[in-house]
Amino acid sequence: MQRIGVFVCWCGSNIAATVDVKRVAEAVRSEQGVVFSTDYQYMCSEAGQSIIKNAIKEHSLTGIVVCSCSPRMHEATFRKTAAAAGLNPYMVEIANIREQCSWIHKDMLSGTAKAIILAKAAVAKVNLNAPLIAGESPVTKRALVIGGGIAGIQTALDIADAGYEVDIVEKSPTIGGKMAQLDKTFPTLDCAACILTPKMVEAAQNEKIKLFTYSEVEKVKGFVGNFDVTIRKKARSVNEDLCTGCGVCTEKCPSRKGKNEFNLGLNTRGAIYIPFAQAIPNVPVIDRTQCIKFKTGKCGLCQMNCAAKAIDFSQQDEFVERNYGAIVVATGFNPIKLDKFEEFGYSMYPDVITSLELERIMNAAGPTKGHFERPSDHTQPKKIVFVQCVGSRDTSGCGKEYCSKICCMYTAKHAMLLREKYPDTEVYVFYIDVRTPGKNFDEFYRRAVEQYGVHYIKGMVGKVTDDGKGQLVVQASDLIANEQLKIKADMVVLAAAIEPDPTARSLGTMLTASMDTNDFFTEAHPKLRPVESPTAGVFLSGVCQGPKDIPETVSQAGAAAAKVIGLLAKDKLTCNPCVANSDTLVCNGCRQCEKVCPYGAISYEDKEVLRGDIRNVAVVNPAVCQGCGACTVTCPSGAMDLKGFTSRQIMAEVDAICR
Amino acid sequence: MQVMTDVLVKRAKELLSSGEVARVFGWGHGEFGYDTTPALFEDEESLGGFVYDGFCGANISKYLIAESKKEGKTLAFLKPCDTYSFNQLVKDNRINKDNIYAVGIPCAGKVDIDKLKEQGVSGIISIEEGDKEITVKTVYGDKTFVKADVLLDKCYACKGKEHKAGDEFISPELSEDTTNGDKYELVTKLENMTPDERFAFWRSQLSKCIRCNACRNVCPACSCLKCIFDNDNSGIASKANADDFEENMFHIIRAFHVCGRCTDCGECSRVCPQHIPLHLLNRKFIKDMNELYGEYQAGEDDSSRPPLLTYTKTDAEPSIVHERGGDK
Repeated sequence: MQRIGVFVCWCGSNIAATVDVKRVAEAVRSEQGVVFSTDYQYMCSEAGQSIIKNAIKEHSLTGIVVCSCSPRMHEATFRKTAAAAGLNPYMVEIANIREQCSWIHKDMLSGTAKAIILAKAAVAKVNLNAPLIAGESPVTKRALVIGGGIAGIQTALDIADAGYEVDIVEKSPTIGGKMAQLDKTFPTLDCAACILTPKMVEAAQNEKIKLFTYSEVEKVKGFVGNFDVTIRKKARSVNEDLCTGCGVCTEKCPSRKGKNEFNLGLNTRGAIYIPFAQAIPNVPVIDRTQCIKFKTGKCGLCQMNCAAKAIDFSQQDEFVERNYGAIVVATGFNPIKLDKFEEFGYSMYPDVITSLELERIMNAAGPTKGHFERPSDHTQPKKIVFVQCVGSRDTSGCGKEYCSKICCMYTAKHAMLLREKYPDTEVYVFYIDVRTPGKNFDEFYRRAVEQYGVHYIKGMVGKVTDDGKGQLVVQASDLIANEQLKIKADMVVLAAAIEPDPTARSLGTMLTASMDTNDFFTEAHPKLRPVESPTAGVFLSGVCQGPKDIPETVSQAGAAAAKVIGLLAKDKLTCNPCVANSDTLVCNGCRQCEKVCPYGAISYEDKEVLRGDIRNVAVVNPAVCQGCGACTVTCPSGAMDLKGFTSRQIMAEVDAICR
Repeated sequence: MQVMTDVLVKRAKELLSSGEVARVFGWGHGEFGYDTTPALFEDEESLGGFVYDGFCGANISKYLIAESKKEGKTLAFLKPCDTYSFNQLVKDNRINKDNIYAVGIPCAGKVDIDKLKEQGVSGIISIEEGDKEITVKTVYGDKTFVKADVLLDKCYACKGKEHKAGDEFISPELSEDTTNGDKYELVTKLENMTPDERFAFWRSQLSKCIRCNACRNVCPACSCLKCIFDNDNSGIASKANADDFEENMFHIIRAFHVCGRCTDCGECSRVCPQHIPLHLLNRKFIKDMNELYGEYQAGEDDSSRPPLLTYTKTDAEPSIVHERGGDK
C-alpha cells in the first residue's frame, strides 16, 4: 500500500486564478493511498520544495503527486526534490493543472473540477508506480558533423579546439559549401574565399578532425553517447593517399561536357575535376556519367598521365563504421528550383539568372574570370533588374511561406558592388519589404540607396519577356507611385528562396530528429534550446534549422559545438529507466515490435521461457530503448510494457478520470 | 466430390509412404454428412476418414501452428483462400514454413449448412457439386439447389481462384471465383447510418454474444500464446462487467488486435453460434486501411511489410484522416 502526498501549486495566479487549489487538495484526500495533501504558492521554489521534502520524511511518503505545470517544465525538478528526501525519483507524478487546465479554462468551477480529475488520475497512477533505477551508459568521445559548409566547419573546429575528435561527412568532393561559391560577404564586403579558405585549411590540418568528403551517412544506429554510424565513401576513382593534387589529369581529360556544378552549370568541366582551386581535399574526382573510360571502356588518358599512379577506375564505394557520442546536423540549403515561376522567364532567357549565379559571374575565379557579362552574348549589361522574394513569403503554394532572410542583404550587396565597379550601370530592385535587422545591416542597405543610387521600387515583377532584339522587358508595378512599369533591362537577377538540402529529410528519418513542414529541423525549444534537436545527442548548426546568414550561422555553429563539448565532457550518461520490457512468457515471437521500433532496440533471441520450452522471444536493450512505447501498442498479446507507463497504470488513470 | 477426395488421399498416401511428410492435415468425417471438420491423419490407414467436399469450408491454417512445431513435415491441403491465412501466419512467425508441405487444392465455393437447413433439408448423407447446382443426398431423397443461393457468406467475398502459397497444386483449374456483389456493401450501409443507429445495430448484435470464444479460437489472426483477455496482468482480463456493453467490447478490442493481420477469411462469423456478423468489424478496418494507407491484402505473401508496421512519409496523419473520409 502506498503512502501518497499530494502537493498543489498555485503558480502565483497562473493556476490559482482559475483553479480552487484548496478544494483540489481537499478532494484528493479521500483517494486511495493519499495520506497528506497541501497547497502552496510556488511549489518549485526552495520553500515549496522544502514542504515536499519535509512531508516525505514526516509522513513516510512512498510516492508523491505534484499538481503544477507541464512535466516538461518541472518534472526533473521535483524528481530531484524527492531524491533529496530519500524517495525514488520515479515515485513522482506530475498532474498538469496549468497548461492543460487553468490556462485553457475561464471559470473557476470547470477549472477546479478538471484539476481534481487530473489529480485523481495521477494519484491512481502513483498507486501502481514502482521504484525505477536508472542505468548508465558510456560516452564515445567523438562527434560527427554532417555537412562541410561554414556551419559544419566552424562546429568541427570549435569541438576540436576543446580536444575532442570530430569527423566531418560532406557529400560533395570538397568542404566549403555555399560560402565557397560566394564572391563578397555582407555587411563588410570581405571576400568570401579570403575568410573561408583559411578555415577549410585549418579543418584539414587539425589532427582532431577527420574529413570524409564525397561521402554520405548511410545508416545511424544507437543513441546519445553511443551512435553507430555507417558512412558511405563514394568511389572517387582517385586514390586519396597517392594523389598529389598536381591537376595534370584534369587538364588532359578530353571530356569537356560535364556541367560545372560549382559554377552552377554556367560553364563545363572535365570528367575528372577538382571543383575549385582551393578545394579541400585537393584531390580530383571522376564523374562516371561523363568519363569516356567508364562510358566506352577506351581512354584512360588521366591514368597514363598520373605520375603518382593515383587513378583507380576499379574503386568501389567503401563503407566505414564509426562510433560517435554526438551528431551535429549542418546540411545547409539550396536555392529553390524556379520551374514554378515561369513568369520570370528563367528557363527561357539566359540573361535571367539567380543571385547565386550572379555571385559566380562576379567572382574573379568564376566562369567569366570576374568579367561582368551577360551569359547570352558576353556583353556587359547596363541595366539590371533585381527581383526579390522569388518564392519567399509566397502563399500561392508555388514557393515557400517563410522569409529566406538573406536575400534583402545580398541583393543590396550585389547592387552596391555593381554600382561601385561599373558606375554607368543602372540598377533596379523590386521588393515587397526590405528587411535588414542585424548589426550594421540597415546602414548597409541605406548606403546602397543613398550613396550608390540604386533604384529601390516597392512592388512585384509580374512578367519578364523579351523584345525580340536581345533585350529583356520587365513588367512590374510600383506600389508607391501606383503605376505600371515596363523596364527594358539587359539582365534580370532573381533572389530565389532557399530551402533545406534535399538530403535533410531522409537524414531526419535516420536520426529520428523531427522536422517542420518545410523540412527544416526543429529545435528542442525554439527559444531556450535552439541548437539542440528534440532527439538526445543530435544538434543543429546553420541553415538546416532555418534561414540564416553567415554571421548568425557561425554563432550558431559555436553554440552547437558548446553543447556537444558539454556532452562529450561527461564520462557517463544516466539512461532513462522508463524503457520497454517484454514478458517472455506471453511473447508470441511475432516480431511486430521489432519492425516498429525506431531505435533498433528490440532483438529476438531463443530463450528457455519455461523448463524445456525454448521460444524465440523479444528482448529489449534498455540502453538503446528511448521509451517511445511504439512496441507496447503494437504487441497483440500485451507482452510488451513500458516501465513507468505500464498499461495497468494508464488504465488506472483512465478509470480514475471516468469514475 | 468423392473423386477429388480419392485424388487427394492417393497423393497423401504417396507422400506419406515416400517419407516426404510425416502426417496429413485436412478434413475428416464428422458425426453427420455435413459436419466435416479439420482433422489430422497420422498414417495411411487413418486416411480412410479423410473427406474433401462442399462442406469443407473450415480454414485449417491455424492448426498448422501446432503441426509445424512437430518433428518432420506436415502435409496441409489448402484451398485458395486458406493460403492467405497460411501466409499471414508465416509472416507472424507462427507457422514454421519449413515444416509444412502445402498442397493447393481446388475450391468452387463451400456450402452453408444453415442455408440448407433453412430450406428444410435434413438427414443429409452427402453432397454432389455441379457447375451451377448442388445436389444434396438425404435419407429422404435427393434435393437440388442453385449453388449461388446456398454458399457460405465468406464465399461471396471470394478472394479468387489463385493460391498464394503451395509446394504443389492439384487441379487448380477446377477452382471458381464465387464473388457475388460488393463485399463492402454492408460496411458502407453501416457507415451511412447515424452514430445512434450504428450504436443500436452493434448493441443488438453484440448483446447476443455468449462469450463462447469460438470466434477467437477459430481466428487465424488470433494466434497469441496467451490471449490478453486471459492474462491477469493485462488489467483487462476477468474484470467484473460494469454493464453488458463492456463485455461486448471484447469484439471491438479483438478487431483492433487483428487489424492489419486479418485476411478477411470470414471464419469468425461462420462459427458464431449466435450468428453475429463479426466479420463486418474487421472488414470496416480493412476498408479504412485501404483508403488511408493504400490497397493491402493481408496474407497475399509471407514477407511484405504491412502498412500498420511501416512508416511512410505519405501516411495519414490524424489531420488528414478526415480528408480521406476515415472518420466515418
